[in-house]
Parts: sequence; C-alpha cells; structure tokens
Amino acid sequence: MFGPLIVKCGTSKDNKTGAWRVESRPKFLKKDCIGCKMCVLVCPENCISGAEKNTYDFDALYCKGCGNCAFVCPKKDIVMVKEEGKE
Amino acid sequence: MKEFLEGSRAVASVVKLCKPGVISAYPITPQTHIVEELAQMVANGELKSQFINVESEHSAASAVLGAVATGVRAYTATSSQGLFYMAEVVFNIAGMRLPLVMTCANRAISAPINIWNDHQDSVSLRDSGWIQLFAEDVQEAADFHLIGYRIAEDKTMMVPVMVCMDGFILTHGIETVDIPTQEQADKFLPAYNPLYKLDPANPITMGPLAGPDYYTEARYALHKTLEDALDFIPKVTAEFAKVFGRTYNGLIEEYRTKDADRVIVAMGSVCGTAKEVIDEARAKGKKVGLLKITSYRPFPAQAIYEALKNVPKVAVLDRALSLGSYAPLASEIKAVFFGKKKKPSVISSFIVGLGGRDITKDSIKEVLRLLTTKEVTGEFIDLKPELLKESY
Repeated sequence: MFGPLIVKCGTSKDNKTGAWRVESRPKFLKKDCIGCKMCVLVCPENCISGAEKNTYDFDALYCKGCGNCAFVCPKKDIVMVKEEGKE
Repeated sequence: MKEFLEGSRAVASVVKLCKPGVISAYPITPQTHIVEELAQMVANGELKSQFINVESEHSAASAVLGAVATGVRAYTATSSQGLFYMAEVVFNIAGMRLPLVMTCANRAISAPINIWNDHQDSVSLRDSGWIQLFAEDVQEAADFHLIGYRIAEDKTMMVPVMVCMDGFILTHGIETVDIPTQEQADKFLPAYNPLYKLDPANPITMGPLAGPDYYTEARYALHKTLEDALDFIPKVTAEFAKVFGRTYNGLIEEYRTKDADRVIVAMGSVCGTAKEVIDEARAKGKKVGLLKITSYRPFPAQAIYEALKNVPKVAVLDRALSLGSYAPLASEIKAVFFGKKKKPSVISSFIVGLGGRDITKDSIKEVLRLLTTKEVTGEFIDLKPELLKESY
C-alpha cells in the first residue's frame, strides 16, 4: 500500500500563496525602472515578470507580500502599500 | 558450491551475486570484513559496482538512499553506533519506500563502549519501518540477502530490509556455507526494475514536506505494507526453496515444539545453542522446544500465537533491554496472548548475553531450571553480583 510519497513537478502552481499576504503588497511605480531584474531574482515565489524597463509587475495570486522586491530595487521604484481592504 | 567461509565473507559473496550497482559503507567492528571484502571485489574488477568511500555512516546511508532513489540496487552494512549514526536516514529510507538491503552486524551500544554482540542496535530501531530478519547461522545470514532484495523490491512492498546477524559469533565465525551460483541467483533475483526513480527527463520530488493533511496516510500505508509482508515473506522463502533447496519459513521456526510443555523463544545465533540443549533434554525424555523468531519486524503475532497457544510454559530470551521497562521481545510475546483464552500459563522473561557475554549451554539449562510455575520478569542470567556496588 502506498500513501503520499512522491510529487511531480509543477505542483507549486496549485498552491496559491497569495492568500498568505496579510498587511501589504508591492506597488510597481513604473517610472524610474531600469530593467535590472533584481526584483525578479529575489522574489521567493518567482511571480514577478516583465519585458523591459517600466513593464515589470507581480502576480497577486502568488505574491506573499514579503517586500524583498521593494527592498532590493536600486531606484526605489517599488514600494510596499497597504493590502487592499486594510486600513 | 559449499565453501568453508567466515560469515562476513559469505555475506559479501552473496551480496556480490545480488549485483548492487552502488555500495557505500563506513568501517565499524564487527561489520568491517563484509565491506572490506566487497571493496576488494570491486577493486579486482570481479564486481561491477561503484564503491563510494564516505566519512561517516550518516553519509553512507545517505549515499545509498540517493543511489536507490535513482533506480539502482544498492547495499550498505553497519553495526551498533554506526546504525545509530545512520538513524535519521534509516527512517527516511523506509519512509521514502526505497528497497535497500542493509546488513547489521549486531553489537552492543555504548556506554560502556563494547564491540561485542547483543541485539540492542537493531532492536532499538525496530520502529524505523524496515523489515528486520534475524539470522541463526551464517547460511541464513547469507541467504537472507537474496531473500531480502526480493522482498524489498517487489512492487507491492517497496520497503527496506535489515539482515541482522550476530556480531563476531556469525560475522567472524567460520562455517560451511553453500554459496549459490550466479545463474541460480539471477533466476531468483531479477535485475531491479524501480517503480519510481529520480530522472531528469521525468522529474519528481521524493520525500517532500507532508503536513498534517498528508502525513498520517503516508505512515498508515507503510504500516499496512509491513503487515502485508507477513503474508509476502513466506511466499518469497517458498520460491527461494524451489531454486536453492533450503526451506525457511521466514517468520518463525518451530523446533520440537509440537508436544513440548516448555518452549524457549529467542532470536539469532543463540537458537543454535538452544537447539543443542533441547536435543540433549529430549534424549532424557524432557519435552522442551524452541520457537525461533526470524522476522522481528513485521512481528508475526498470529504465527507466534498458533505456535505457543498450547504450550504451558514459555521462556523468552532477550539479548537487549528496554531500560526501565519489560524486555522488548518478552513484552511483545506477552502482548500476543493478552485477552486470549488459549495461552501459556507462564511467560517468563530472561535477559541473556549482553555485550558479548557468552550464552553457554549451561546458561540455557539455567533458563529451563528457572522456568517453573512461578513466572519471572526480566531475570538476568549469568549476572555477577560481585561487580555491583551500592555507592562509589
């Protein structure tokens, strides 16, 4: 008899970690972005994407609101704002 | 072919016939000769296997865990402190359902440090999810490796097997052993065909996090599989008998128990000594017998019940302790009969042969002498009271 044992790849897509977000979410200002991709590299959920400068944004289904992207942005072009519905 | 071999060499010869693709081990007395011999075979080119040298038992177990996970047959061996150093990986191998076979040369546990034989190492890891087969002699120890791989790798099982052989008594004892031919071994043990494996072309994760919503089912499945092994092990040993001509029950062995009024229950090499004492007592008309436990895990409760239900007096020999409680084997034998109508009137428990203290024929006779209508619990045989003192 076998129980939960092995996991095929890709299952993290099923785990919508966006539900973990409590206080804040990033806001991509898209003004001073230089397309350095540091935010993409540090995102633990790999949920930031974009093509060129001032196009990068995050996927709210997976963003846990950790703030790493805002912390690392050399141009301060990402800021953490209050989660929607939170005062 | 029959050969006159040291136990370790016999085991190494049979492991070679099993063609493990990866061997990794760290030397520890009294297991060392087994892997030394295998290393020699690999170095001589007689065995096409990768021998991975490691810096510890923890790494040895991890290396073979990884090897089996990639779909190759692997082997390791250890003893005593080495088994304990492996402990977390040992539990992982079973939990990940990897069909490894490992030899444990049974040795006492520190402190005091002691390199000689008892069963404390294997017995302490009885809850690890491994099948544990205790060998009585060198032939059994060697054969249990072939049987072990067949059980472990079956697609209904996928559980690891620990072959437990008494350190020095069996690992260093020299006996006549029938070493099968490669053709016989291949007939009985086909190449390992894994049910799942780590493969970059078809990626999977083994042993991932399982939270409260998954963990119970993973453990339940392993537990049930070990229970299923009670039916499966005798099937494999029956097939073994067809190819090699040696018959094992695989769970228990009943020796002159049918009409016995006193039966000794034991595991491992002491069974040989007990059989000799029983033969002598039988010659004098005394109705005594032996119940040998081969499979300690899974625990063959039903087979033990059938074997002992009509025996008036039972003596259980433990070569290990559960410090501060009942002896491990004795408490389980008693549990078999709890609440049953048919049962022995006396189940006495004896501690014997710790840290390599010889269990002589006189020790067994002493057990039989103490097996009266008065039940004893955890009675130490051959204890030296003169070495005990109340204060320093």
